[in-house]
Amino acid sequence: MMSPTASAAAPATGGAAMRRVALVEDPMLARSSRLLLVVAAVALGSIYVAPLWHIALEAPQYPEGLGMYIWAHQITGDLRSINGLNHYIGMKEIHPEAIPELRLMRPIVAGLIGVGLALAAWGRRVGLYLWTGLFAAGALVGLADFWLWGYDYGHNLNPEAAIKIPGMSYQPPLIGPKQLLNFQATSWPALAGWIASGALALVLVLSVREWRRARRAAA
Amino acid sequence: MGIAIRGWSSVLAAATLAGCAGQGTPIGGGGDAASKVYVAPGQYDEFYAFMSGGFSGHVTVYGLPSGRLLQQIPVLSQYPEKGYGYSEETKALLNTSFGFIPWDDTHHPQLSTTNGEHDGRWLFINGNNTPRVARLDLTRFETEEVIEIPNSGGGHASPYLTENTEYVVSATRFAVPTPQADVPIEGTKFGGLLSFVKVDQASGHMSLAFQVHMPGFNYDLSRAGKGPSHGWSFFSSYNSEEAKTLLEKNASQKDKDFIAALNWKQAEQCVADGKAKTWPARYAHNIRGEDGIARTEMKTSTTVLEPSDCPGLVYFLPTPKSPHGADVDPTGEYIVGGGKLATVLPVHSFSKMQKAIADQAFDGEIDGVPVIKYEAVNACEVQNPGLGPLHTEFDARGFAYTSVFLSSEIIKWDVKKCEVVDRVPTYYSIGHLLVPGGDTRKPDGKYVIALNKITKDRYLPTGPELTQSAQLYDISGDKMQLLLDFPTAGEPHYAQAILASKIKDKQLRTYALEANKHPQAVKAEKDVKVVREGTKVHVYMTAIRSHFMPDNIEGVQVGDEVYFHITNLEQDWDVPHGFAMMGATNGELLLMPGQTLTLTWKPDRPGVFPFYCTDFCSALHQEMQGYVRVSPKGSNVKISYNTGQ
Repeated sequence: MMSPTASAAAPATGGAAMRRVALVEDPMLARSSRLLLVVAAVALGSIYVAPLWHIALEAPQYPEGLGMYIWAHQITGDLRSINGLNHYIGMKEIHPEAIPELRLMRPIVAGLIGVGLALAAWGRRVGLYLWTGLFAAGALVGLADFWLWGYDYGHNLNPEAAIKIPGMSYQPPLIGPKQLLNFQATSWPALAGWIASGALALVLVLSVREWRRARRAAA
Repeated sequence: MGIAIRGWSSVLAAATLAGCAGQGTPIGGGGDAASKVYVAPGQYDEFYAFMSGGFSGHVTVYGLPSGRLLQQIPVLSQYPEKGYGYSEETKALLNTSFGFIPWDDTHHPQLSTTNGEHDGRWLFINGNNTPRVARLDLTRFETEEVIEIPNSGGGHASPYLTENTEYVVSATRFAVPTPQADVPIEGTKFGGLLSFVKVDQASGHMSLAFQVHMPGFNYDLSRAGKGPSHGWSFFSSYNSEEAKTLLEKNASQKDKDFIAALNWKQAEQCVADGKAKTWPARYAHNIRGEDGIARTEMKTSTTVLEPSDCPGLVYFLPTPKSPHGADVDPTGEYIVGGGKLATVLPVHSFSKMQKAIADQAFDGEIDGVPVIKYEAVNACEVQNPGLGPLHTEFDARGFAYTSVFLSSEIIKWDVKKCEVVDRVPTYYSIGHLLVPGGDTRKPDGKYVIALNKITKDRYLPTGPELTQSAQLYDISGDKMQLLLDFPTAGEPHYAQAILASKIKDKQLRTYALEANKHPQAVKAEKDVKVVREGTKVHVYMTAIRSHFMPDNIEGVQVGDEVYFHITNLEQDWDVPHGFAMMGATNGELLLMPGQTLTLTWKPDRPGVFPFYCTDFCSALHQEMQGYVRVSPKGSNVKISYNTGQ
């Protein structure tokens, strides 16, 4: 697996022209970058053991709070209570089995991990860029999808609901706090969400680093 | 006349002025008392106190030191507010061999112990009138089991626990013919049974293990030994005269009565060796099952041990005079007799008792029970205990606190030195007292609570019947200090207190619907139904904020028995629903989240009758209602109901 690297090849021969040729022709990632790419890919495995997102609800009558944990494949927490409360405002009940994303997310992430590991083995810089792009795009699509679900739940209300407030919608916040009637809803990544965010940040930094290293070498 | 009027008006003025400060100068309290009992809004008390409701038949739960009422737990009396003793699930808890009894007199709550310390598993309490022992669960604060004690008359020395809750001990207050028989009252020798009820350590379930057939004295209170005296139980008794009439005189003739010291490990051995007899008996055993339904099993025999058949089983310790308490100190060495007509407080020594038994230092025997010589067992007599010492508990610093009824005071005395070091008045006529953990090996100390019999002028008067009351004293210093009077629901006959930290975090918040094993439970609205079986109509109903399902029912007829089996579908903390049916001649239901209960209703006239939720559950609580249509008997209106589909 060891391949000739810039640091091994270039300085020994000396001379700017020589170095440039060697670097331009070396498409490989730094060893540390490859290792960290592996780390990032493996870290995504956390979605199998921890929730991605947490929506907390607080109200005067709920000093202990209500909460909902969104995993890659399920929703846990006080779902029954939240559904019970939501019927007053006509919000649809949240049934995890009716959300296809919860069936898709795990295979998609598994694929992403596999591809990440393969690209790390391949070791080329372009592989890192590719994976970072895939990951970032996946994350954006995921968040957008999450927002759309939230929009649907928050706006698509039963017209026969007991509590109707003109102009009021109940879309939960994507991130951060928001007051929804007597409830303060707060939405933040949960453990696996933070780990995945860290992994994404890591490969973004790695990509920038590799890109700058390549640029520097080319200069 | 004018002078008289002026005179009266000045009296009135004086009374009005005095009225601003209650009766003028407050008696007791003062200083920093208020800050010592102040528990700020939203803060918790340090102790749960479980008080008997006396003749209310309930247990009441208070926070200490605030004296705030937290809960009333119905035990041996019906309680329509919770449907207790009315719902199909709880009725059987009040069954006895005499049939269903809606009331009893609860006296002595006892918290379960392990190694002589409160373990927070269960609370036991006795029925004094029709002898019974009840067990309460301390995660739900509900009565789970009631066992009747046969061959007894008045379960007063009850329910006292051995050190690891191996046994609940219950002794008869009234001597009765043993076994029961139609005999002349005078001239017949009565007996007194000391009953040992085994407690299953996993389930808490009780079973009557054996009864010891003692002379027909009145057995009053009991405590088990601990530490070195583990394996023994001590029972105070009075009326060793065995009087049957006018006991206040006839049972008060002798200078000394007895504390019975009973070696229950020896009893176990004798029973195992086949020395006991089986008597026919009839007594009820009621257990609330895992499905939440109480059922009664009628038992038909009991194992009885005669002291004469089991040497070494039981001894009498002479004790002046008509003793009430038989209280064992935290070390297990001293047994304090609270002789309510005595002028001294006798303290017996367990090690002296052991030596006396070994030396056969006896003063004869009564019905096969050796009487140990007073000097051979007595460690000391506390002088000047006041008039009518009753009951003693202990702190962790070597002091004992004894309630004194006639002189209406608490005395604090040094156990080692055997002398009184402090005394404070109580208002008025203290019966039992309580030190948190004060009957265990590790008292928590801090407070002593006077459980008073009368209140007279202590509170705003409420007609002839005045409030019952307890008083809280700080015992952390050298001098006892009165901190607080607080009214109690029912007579606070006796009470025990436990550190809140021992049970607070074990409290059940909701019943898990998935774990609901009630045969008539409905776990989803789509499964509700109404079924006629002859003249019985079973309504399988759900309750969730803010509706019942079904809420319109037709096809019920006059004379039917309608069973509303209602499941509260909530799984949220503190969202009970109530259920009240117009014209129901029993009570309501109070349903905790995830719980199923059944109310029976017998409609007696045609019409349309509403039902509704009684426990304010939500913003739309007032909309939580429904109707049942009742048609004449034989009507052809078919059973029908809505399902929300």
